[in-house]
Amino acid sequence: MAAVEVSELVVRHGRLTAVDQLSFTCEAGEVVALLGVNGAGKTSTMSVLEGLRRPDAGAVRVLDLDPVADRDRLAPRVGVMLQDGGLPPSARPRALVSLYRSLFGAGQRPDDVLDGVGLGDRVRTPVRRLSGGERQRLSLALALIGTPDVLFLDEPTAGVDVGGRATIRELVAARRDAGGAVVLTTHELDEARRMADRLVIIDHGRLVAVGTADELERAAGPQRLSFGATAGLDVVALSDVVGAHVREVSPGEYEADVEPAPSVVAALTAWLAERDVPLADLRAGRHGLEDVFLRLTEETT
Amino acid sequence: MSRRILGVVRYDLGVAVRNGEQLLLVLGIPVLLLVFFANVDVLPTGDGEPIDFLAPGVLALAVMSTAMTNLAIGLGFDREYGFLVRLGVTPLRRGELLAGKVLLVLVQLAVQLVVLLPASAALGWDPDWSGLSTLLGATVLGAVAFGAVGFLLAGSFRGLLVLAAANALYVVLLLVGGMVIDLAELPSAIANVAELLPPAALAELFRDAFGGAEGDVARAWTVLAVWASLAPLVAARAFRWAPTRA
Repeated sequence: MAAVEVSELVVRHGRLTAVDQLSFTCEAGEVVALLGVNGAGKTSTMSVLEGLRRPDAGAVRVLDLDPVADRDRLAPRVGVMLQDGGLPPSARPRALVSLYRSLFGAGQRPDDVLDGVGLGDRVRTPVRRLSGGERQRLSLALALIGTPDVLFLDEPTAGVDVGGRATIRELVAARRDAGGAVVLTTHELDEARRMADRLVIIDHGRLVAVGTADELERAAGPQRLSFGATAGLDVVALSDVVGAHVREVSPGEYEADVEPAPSVVAALTAWLAERDVPLADLRAGRHGLEDVFLRLTEETT
Repeated sequence: MSRRILGVVRYDLGVAVRNGEQLLLVLGIPVLLLVFFANVDVLPTGDGEPIDFLAPGVLALAVMSTAMTNLAIGLGFDREYGFLVRLGVTPLRRGELLAGKVLLVLVQLAVQLVVLLPASAALGWDPDWSGLSTLLGATVLGAVAFGAVGFLLAGSFRGLLVLAAANALYVVLLLVGGMVIDLAELPSAIANVAELLPPAALAELFRDAFGGAEGDVARAWTVLAVWASLAPLVAARAFRWAPTRA
């Protein structure tokens, strides 16, 4: 039994189906990122996991409990960061941490908690005067107070500067390493790759791919050879030379889905040498995660 | 008493003491009304000493300002900012939040009594203290009735509208609630309606508690009891925890 199990989840907002037959899991000691563009169904999925709404069809289990029916047993073991913080503008960090300590019956001294997220000098600053990144760090500190077995983080790094992101990544990784299960959402590929062990790519509420970043890139197709040279080369002849279809993706930029073996590279450079065409650059490698993401989400639209 | 309920009360009291408008509403205005109108006899407060009419009326006003106006504004903004939703994903249960708000109102009422009773006495008020049970019973019924209306306001309007509605209602009831102005001085059409509302009933019962009732005490008990039983039912059906989105 995984810490978080989502099976064939359906969430509707009126006539719009926000989440459509979505299934995925998150194990203890794992960080899973729900990755998708805005409106893909990430927050709708999270609100079902958080027990804020019931599924319209399908089921979710968190620590083998029902988030709505077993709310009182589950809540002490779960930490949540909502997308729009939900903190009153006049609230002060120290008072909020004290409140959360009494709600969870756990947690270090308020000032130590705030020190831990780099807000040691902001304990009495009202939320309205905190930067976006400081609010997110405060929100994460509150989510972590009960040392939760499961963390639900909706866009935890949105609007956070580089330093703040590093702090958030460290805290999330620490909870994961201590055996916590973490489900987070993001629309940023780079952030998903840095924070998560596995990515669940969703689009229009449907699952389009799931796996580690490496798995997704590998599954996305053959390796790729790309090079820059004079514009307008004969791509038909070039395709014969490298043994794969060559495309001129933009003037002077060429691409072929082919294993960049030494023989292929040799054939290509020999062909160019015969015609005295200079090679601007030559790159070999897999499709990047961004290509994978764009291709997967375009297919479904 | 649950640790979580106490945590909520402590948090809300911290918010209250930092909030100037709240302090003005629950302590400043009642004290000001007492001092001013006890010394300047311009208000139609019926026969007898103004303070004998004013002191129980201002106590009723204090209950209304705390249990209705103040509760509605605090709760309304907490709801609008999504703080209630956020608390909903912590171990705090809804019943505990409700209990916390009740306790918060009781603590604030106690503070108001500690300030207003000596202030009234200093202004020459020398009541009959035999009706303490009437005072307590009426306070509880009044707090329940006003508190339910507070929940109704906080759960029905959006953000600043809660502030506007709660303050407007406060001002209207201050004028026609039979608390600082004798209902007998109002046009009978208004007085007939006002008699059926909690402020006049509570003020009448407070006057009765201190030996100065002039109106129909039995009707006042009935009015307050009906409000205290029906308003919570309406509020429970109408209250929404999540923010109202435009």
